[in-house]
Amino acid sequence: MKTSAQISQSEKRLAFDVEKIRGDFPILKQKVYGKPLVYLDNAATSLKPQSVIDALVYFYTNDCSNIHRGVHLLSQRATKAYEDTRAKVRRFINAADEKEIIFVRGATEGINLVAQSYARPLLKPGDEILISAMEHHSNIVPWQIICEEKGARLRVIPMNQRGELKLDEYAAQLGPRTRLVGVTHVSNALGTVNPVRQMIELAHQRNIPVLVDGAQAVPHMKADVTQLDCDFYAFSGHKMYGPTGIGVLYGKAHLLEAMPPYQGGGDMIGSVTFEKTIYNRLPYKFEAGTPSIAAGIALGAAIDYLEQLGMDRIAAYEHDLLQYATEALSRIARVRLIGTAEKKASVLSFVVEGVHPHDVGTILDQEGIAIRTGHHCAQPVMDFFNLPATARASLAFYNTREEIDVLVAGIRKVTEVFS
Amino acid sequence: MPDLRELYQEVILDHHTRPRNCRRPDDANKHADGFNPLCGDKVTVYARVEDGVVRDIAFQGTGCAISTASASMMTETLKGKSMAEVLEIFNRFHELVTGKTPADSDTSGLGKLAVFAGVREYPVRVKCATLAWHTMRAALEGSQETVATE
Repeated sequence: MKTSAQISQSEKRLAFDVEKIRGDFPILKQKVYGKPLVYLDNAATSLKPQSVIDALVYFYTNDCSNIHRGVHLLSQRATKAYEDTRAKVRRFINAADEKEIIFVRGATEGINLVAQSYARPLLKPGDEILISAMEHHSNIVPWQIICEEKGARLRVIPMNQRGELKLDEYAAQLGPRTRLVGVTHVSNALGTVNPVRQMIELAHQRNIPVLVDGAQAVPHMKADVTQLDCDFYAFSGHKMYGPTGIGVLYGKAHLLEAMPPYQGGGDMIGSVTFEKTIYNRLPYKFEAGTPSIAAGIALGAAIDYLEQLGMDRIAAYEHDLLQYATEALSRIARVRLIGTAEKKASVLSFVVEGVHPHDVGTILDQEGIAIRTGHHCAQPVMDFFNLPATARASLAFYNTREEIDVLVAGIRKVTEVFS
Repeated sequence: MPDLRELYQEVILDHHTRPRNCRRPDDANKHADGFNPLCGDKVTVYARVEDGVVRDIAFQGTGCAISTASASMMTETLKGKSMAEVLEIFNRFHELVTGKTPADSDTSGLGKLAVFAGVREYPVRVKCATLAWHTMRAALEGSQETVATE
């Protein structure tokens, strides 16, 4: 237990009881190699609070059944719990209507759905899809696939050395052939928070719709799709303290209504004969097959947890921690931060001079510190900075300044081994 | 808990800092590319093989300390060896780093390559140690495809 004197000023100022919050995450109680686990790989996946784990167990213990079809009590309970999450998601991202909330496996599937059902029927040879230089592979490859098929062109919004998009060039790239803009809200490799509100406004001036990849934003800040006025917004449950296997695609109703289904199967139909199938209404038109029911219900528990903490308080606490970590890492002579945008969230990508990130990762692992090393599924970002890979520490609200101090000590050990 | 010093032995750090045979020989008649998508390590192995003997062997690439040192020490070991000897050493090395042979067994024939025994304690790092070796084998066998460890 920490004494009150040890609680940092910021924790006091923000009235953010990190010790209590850490108690909600059972996995943090364990030791690795005999040392306390310091989990700094939150951009890969976040840890789960007990309430999310309990929701999974509760479903399989009490309500296990299929949804939307059973007349029996268990199915009714399961359907209600699953649909309750849809209502929570709508409120959480401030969408206008629950029918705009499509459950998918994760952000990747959400983006693929838009590529296949929105862009594919629309694209003509010579049309353009505009994405940014800092996209995750999941917001690159789905567009490459349909551009190749349709003879369309994939264009890239450039960035500067700090890892900020060049908005002047972006504005000039928006043209009569641009059919869609796809941009990440927060970069997983650099931590940059992109000015998506402004970018959407520029695109809308030309009636170009915008898809925002919100996978790295939703866990760290209030994402308001109405305020952003984005046309599509995709994110994953497992990065926002929910289970794997569930994610959300938000789409404006009039766009979703006009789109053909993504996959065919059960649940997405109104009626089927061998001659003709009438598709179900939104959102079910896009939800073929039995979904990840337990994960969907537990995502609702994750949203409850986040709302109880408050996204504004989470953002403020994490911002303070990111600043502390940035300053601490900057003081280590051989460390260079990759991604130094003015507006950042959660992510510290770095290299240690003379040491490959994989070696950094192995040595930190021995200290109980979990970070990511590699290209972070963003190889074009690595190529831009002329690096094979980086080490990446990514923060969550259960991380502490003390853990950042452990990270700094670990990096000093790296520099000693590779002196 | 594995000891870091077992993995990052002085000889490994030395070959990482000053890799031997890190060049592209003009007269190479064999080469192959290797890639580890997990960590982005890339290596190209060049060799000049005459009358079934490795007359020269060298490499270029980017990688972690383990993969760079492994490539460097591999080239030192294999120069002058016959194809049969190369295969024998390849197999011994592979068994050493994957833990199929006891770490304290007689590793004769591997010489200072025995320092890589520590890698077995770090399963995700085995591919770092073996990338150059698989690539070497592809080069000598005349394979055109990039060797991927995933």
